Formats: sequence, structure tokens, C-alpha cells
Amino acid sequence: MSSKEPVYIAGAFEHPTREAPDKSQKQLHAEVARGALDDAGLTKDDVDGYLTTGVPVTEPALEPLVMADYLGLDPTFTDSSDIGGAAFISHVAHAASAIRDDRCDIALITLGARMKTRQEEITKDEWKFHHEFEWPNAATTLLLYAMAAKRHMYEHGTTSEQLAEIRVAASHHAQYNEHALYQDPVSVEDVVESPTIAEPLHLLDCCVVTDGGGALLVVSEDVKQRIDRECVEVLGHGESIFHLDGGRMDITRTGATNSGKRAYEEAGVGPEDVDYASIYDSFTITVLETIEDLGFCEKGNGGEFVEDGSLKAPDGDLPFNTDGGGLASNHPGRGGMTKIIEAVRQLRGEANPEVQVPDARIALAHGTGGYLSTRHGSSTLILGSDNR
Amino acid sequence: MTPDERPVPEPTPETERFWEAASEGTFLLKLCDNCGLRFFYPRAHCPDCFSDSVRWVESDGIGTVYSYSHTKRDPQLQHWPDRFFPIVVAFVELAEGPKVLSRIVDCDPEDVEIGMEVEVEFENWGDSGRVVPVFTPAER
Repeated sequence: MSSKEPVYIAGAFEHPTREAPDKSQKQLHAEVARGALDDAGLTKDDVDGYLTTGVPVTEPALEPLVMADYLGLDPTFTDSSDIGGAAFISHVAHAASAIRDDRCDIALITLGARMKTRQEEITKDEWKFHHEFEWPNAATTLLLYAMAAKRHMYEHGTTSEQLAEIRVAASHHAQYNEHALYQDPVSVEDVVESPTIAEPLHLLDCCVVTDGGGALLVVSEDVKQRIDRECVEVLGHGESIFHLDGGRMDITRTGATNSGKRAYEEAGVGPEDVDYASIYDSFTITVLETIEDLGFCEKGNGGEFVEDGSLKAPDGDLPFNTDGGGLASNHPGRGGMTKIIEAVRQLRGEANPEVQVPDARIALAHGTGGYLSTRHGSSTLILGSDNR
Repeated sequence: MTPDERPVPEPTPETERFWEAASEGTFLLKLCDNCGLRFFYPRAHCPDCFSDSVRWVESDGIGTVYSYSHTKRDPQLQHWPDRFFPIVVAFVELAEGPKVLSRIVDCDPEDVEIGMEVEVEFENWGDSGRVVPVFTPAER
């Protein structure tokens, strides 16, 4: 175990909305901030660290400035590093480092997004950030993830039915989440018989697109001692970027290979110690490759691993995404936020009763931001319950 | 019919030569004189050894499909006219080494498979004046 000063997550809140046409994006940030502060029993004026990203979609960033002004914060530490969907998982670690360096004591992290409401308004200019050698070749999010799946199938014999098991488990969990976008359980047949969106991925292999968001409060030991709320300890973290490598990449692998290793080392645990895992699930293939790279099974055996309900809570070998995850419940843009929130719920024993993992002590939350196949950020966070 | 409003590749000083060559029917890679790596996409340094002693070399434009996918429609391709669908995206592993993101054209999507031999072709983007390298099944 690390000898570093302990740091905790003291507040966590997920916005219940999945579609918010009558609210501004910033308003969603404020609402989740209030939710997390109420959860921890803290107030806005207690906050001295602030982290966010993904705020103004079409302007130059300056996100901490825009949001500190809007929320009325006076932070002594800010961070808006952005590795896509993995960003907020890294923010927890960045906040922990800042707290250990006495740059702040109470760091607020917020996500507010209107992915659903804005979906129809995407202009071609917004896609110009895509690489000049990729965009003219139609390298969309869907097609890039689909190519990773195709190659994984080719190298390892993974099947569509095995990928479908991941959605089946997520939907099984979502039926107990009153806020989940899709609450109906689905079968393997439902998934593989849903329309093929991008060969070999079917509609039900893809995450939902929602409005919403979430917030977290990361605090020091001193703060933990003076509040009356069960906290979750930040035990370890790792981050990594995988990219094209000049054209030498292996698209069946993810940055989890590196980020997971670092996180396990810092936390002093291994995959066998993980009681619950939130695994980023932009697509079913994202989960499959990540499970392998985090060491829950041998590389290439992810398909066999997910069969027979191993991802289903509470009794599977690796209960995952017990809120229904991005596949069935909520994916407000950078979805790492909701991954952490469900891990906190599990460690506090506050998940939905049907999917609460008994005596969950060690949880892992993993984010994959950007794109499998070209470039993505990976971030792995390991959390521990207060009663370990 | 959807008008052709696809975002046109916008060359930078690092990549102008690539697009010029493409319009002349040549596919260029970068070769690092320090470590010998042939790499793609082109840039002014080697992404491995970081040497800036890199130069353009012609590729034979022959390779095999490393992976691919196809779609009949994609919300992120709303500016692509209907005639381009179904669209086949692929990574082509060139004989010279690097894997290149491109498209497979003039081929039934159902006939594409990993390992298939392909060769470069040049797609003229009409009024924009841009020519984009794509791949087709290799002549046997």
C-alpha cells in the first residue's frame, strides 16, 4: 500500500436527467455541483479546487475561467486536462495530487453535457479537429471502434454473441435503475438481431447518447474527519495514451494495459482483489478489450470470459456497470464521471439493492476517451471502502 | 441528392507535398534517415527516434487489409452524399510497413476481408481540387 497521504471522495452525485432541452449546459454543472456538495455536507464556499472539461463545445477552452465565474468559485487549484471520456477519472487523481501537495483541500469536479439535445446540431466544422488524413476517409467514431472489433474477432475468434453478453449484463442491471434510459432487459438474440450499424457492431453494441452529468468532491484527511459522510479512499491511479505510433499500432490493445498496471501498483492490489468494476462502455468492444488489458483474463480470452453471466451483479466473477452503464443508462459525453459515481455507490453499499455487490471493498473505475484504432486516453482509478 | 459538402483535407506546411503528390498519382510516405522507420501520417520528425532527418519516399501503394468496417449511414457522415454509401473504411498495412487509414472502393463491402491484397487509387474530389488516396482490390 502506498505511504502517500490518504485522499478521499466525499461527495458524488449523478444528474437524474437524460434529456434536458430546457436547461443550459452550465446549469447542469451547477445542479450536479449542488448535488455533490449536499451529499458530502459541504458548501460551495468550502471548495478551493475545481476541475472540469468539455464545457464550451465551440469556443477556445478557458473552461476553468468560464465555469469558476459562472459557479462563483475562488479556486487555488484548477485543472481542465482532457483525454475525452477518461478525463474525469484522471481528474480525481489530479485532485488527489493537488491535495497531497497542499494546493487545495476540497476539490470539486463537474460534468454537465447536452449530448442528446445538441446531437442534431453538429456542423461539419466541429469535425475539423479530426485528423486531415482520417476525416476524408470517413473515420467516424463508430467505424473506428468497429474496426477494433473486426480485428479482435480475426485474431482471437471473438464472436458477436460474446460481445452481446456485455450489453445483456448492462441491461440486466439497468432494469433496477429508475433513471436508466433503457430499463428493459435484452437477450443475446436481441443484440445480434438488432440492425448492423457498422460491421460487425449492432445497434445494441453502442452506448446511449444522453444529456446529464455528475459531480465529485475529492477531499483531504482533515476534511474527511470533520464531515459526517462515508468516504471512499483513492488508492491508486494510472493513465496512458495509445496512438497510431507512426502506423505500427495494434488495435486489439488499449492503454488500459499501462494505466491498469500503474493503478494496481500504486494501490497495492491486483485484478483478483477487485470486487466491482466500472468499465468504460462506449461500445461492447471497448469493454471486451479493456477487461483483457486490465488483467481480468488472458489477452484474447475476453469473449469466453464474458459468457455465462460473469459480468452480472451481484454474483458474477466481475460485476460491472451496475447502474446499466453507458450501454443502457447514461452517457453524457465524457462518461468517466458516471463510472466513478457508480463505483462510489458500490463501496458505500448504496447501489440499487438487486445489484449491490455484498461487502464490496475494492472497486475499479476505468475510462477510455477518444477512439480505439487511432488514439485514445486510458485512465484507471482504484478505490477502497472505508471499512476495508 | 445530398450536395457534396464533405470537409476537404486542409494541408499544412508539413503535409502540402503529400497532397500535391497524390494529385499527381503518387502515394508518399516519410522515411527516417536516422532509424530507418517508414511512417504514416507524414510529419517533420520521426515519431520513434524524434530525428528531424526525415524525407519523402514513394510507396508502391500495395498492401493488405489489416482491419475494416462498413456502414450504410452514419450520423457523423451527414455531409457525405448518398452515392458514397455503403462506405468501407480500412486500415491498409502497406508492404513498406505502416498501417494507413483509408477507404476501400470499387468493391462489394461483403467481399472485403482481413488479409485481402489491395492497391492504391486516387479519388478526385471534384471542385475542391483535392485528390484523396483510397484502395481497391489488387489486380491479380
